Amino acid sequence: MGHSDHLDEYGDAYGAIAEINDEQRWAFGSSFEDPLAGVDVSVPSGVDGDDLAAYCLMLGDDALILSHRLQGWVSWAPELEDDVAIANIALDLLGQARLLLARAGKADGSGRDEDAYAYLRPASEFRNVALVELENGDFGHALARLLVFSTYRLGLLDQLRTSRDPVLAAIAAKGVKEVTYHRDYAARWMLRLGDGTDESHRRAAGGLAAVWPYVAELFVPHPIELRLVDAGVGVDPSTLRAEFDSVVEQVLSAATLEFPPEPATLASTPDAVSAPGKGRDGRHTGSLTGLLDELQGLARAHREATW
Amino acid sequence: MTTAHKALPDVRTVAESVTDPELPMLTLADLGVLRDVWVTHTGTVVVSITPTYSGCPAMDAMRDDLRRALRDAGYHDVEVRTVLEPAWTTDWISAAGHVKLARAGISPPHTAPVRAAGPVQLDLGGTVRVVRCPQCGSARTEEQSRFSSTACKSLWRCRSCLEPFEHIKEI
Repeated sequence: MGHSDHLDEYGDAYGAIAEINDEQRWAFGSSFEDPLAGVDVSVPSGVDGDDLAAYCLMLGDDALILSHRLQGWVSWAPELEDDVAIANIALDLLGQARLLLARAGKADGSGRDEDAYAYLRPASEFRNVALVELENGDFGHALARLLVFSTYRLGLLDQLRTSRDPVLAAIAAKGVKEVTYHRDYAARWMLRLGDGTDESHRRAAGGLAAVWPYVAELFVPHPIELRLVDAGVGVDPSTLRAEFDSVVEQVLSAATLEFPPEPATLASTPDAVSAPGKGRDGRHTGSLTGLLDELQGLARAHREATW
Repeated sequence: MTTAHKALPDVRTVAESVTDPELPMLTLADLGVLRDVWVTHTGTVVVSITPTYSGCPAMDAMRDDLRRALRDAGYHDVEVRTVLEPAWTTDWISAAGHVKLARAGISPPHTAPVRAAGPVQLDLGGTVRVVRCPQCGSARTEEQSRFSSTACKSLWRCRSCLEPFEHIKEI
């Protein structure tokens, strides 16, 4: 490594950082390997690999982008316990994203790994819904978004447990356990805020009103989703709306909050971004571009970097 | 096991002795993360592990630790596989694991809740579990946060001895 012989292996910080191999990492949690190592990733019969990959990106990008937004909350939450809670939720979502992005690379035959998808795609190739890319607002906004997202995702993953793709089914079964307590966390906070002081009620209601225009997009099926429903692999999101409404109603009534008015048409959505399913087709707000600049900057500037 | 390996320690014993990077008082076997160990007819040692949580950052460290332990025991051809299904549950933590956790001041999990049929039920805070303080044994404890230093733990406080402690949350 070119360092002086008299320095032992711990005396050379650069050497310790640079010398990455299978069994030596410079920090815990670094030197990532394929999260699907040893998992049978063959595409089930009758399933289009490109469709399956695109679907994995839809579910994976939702998790990746919201994870990034939640990470932005760490050190800003009202209590240290909530910094820890939000970091844990962000970590779970990041883990789900890693598995889904890795699965995408195995399904489309491109052999791309999770990093290639996360760091090297332009915004137009991200398939997340607009809800997850919205800029962070106040704590009421963060919790309203988390309630909406986790309620939607829990219903989706729960259905996906019986997917004909065993990898997706396994990722979903694991995710259900996690998103269950994400939703409980968000619901309990909405209860505290909504049924708290006038100010906290105002913040919770304001958060809900801000995210509500982006709810409809979650339940608009994309043609890829519908083809995968036919193949026994995907979930039609329009079938999830009734359960979503019932869960949100349960939370809002306990929290003395009202359902915000649903926009009459999706065209009235702020930024007019979210005509049906447009996030799934790679049409995004400027918020995503800013987010990706931050997320991808290092990886793009140093293509050979490892971590 | 092939005759060539007769002089070497048993692969399962070696793999089972590897400890968890985040809960070093537990072996991967105690934690229920080590799912299977076998030797193929060509002599490859195959170890399968399952993540506790999707985002568990310890998986890579576990893989390396398993490879290293097996290599030190004389096994150079080792493959560590991930299994995702069935999903890990705290019910897989062994009885010995429960004792080791309690001794280390971490409250072991109860039995994981059995899910009712139909949609996943919302829990708005009505469910109260009795968790005993691992320091003094008191049941006068309260949950501070469902989240703690690692994904698998929640943060509690004992109202008798006033010590904080962690509890492995049931999933």
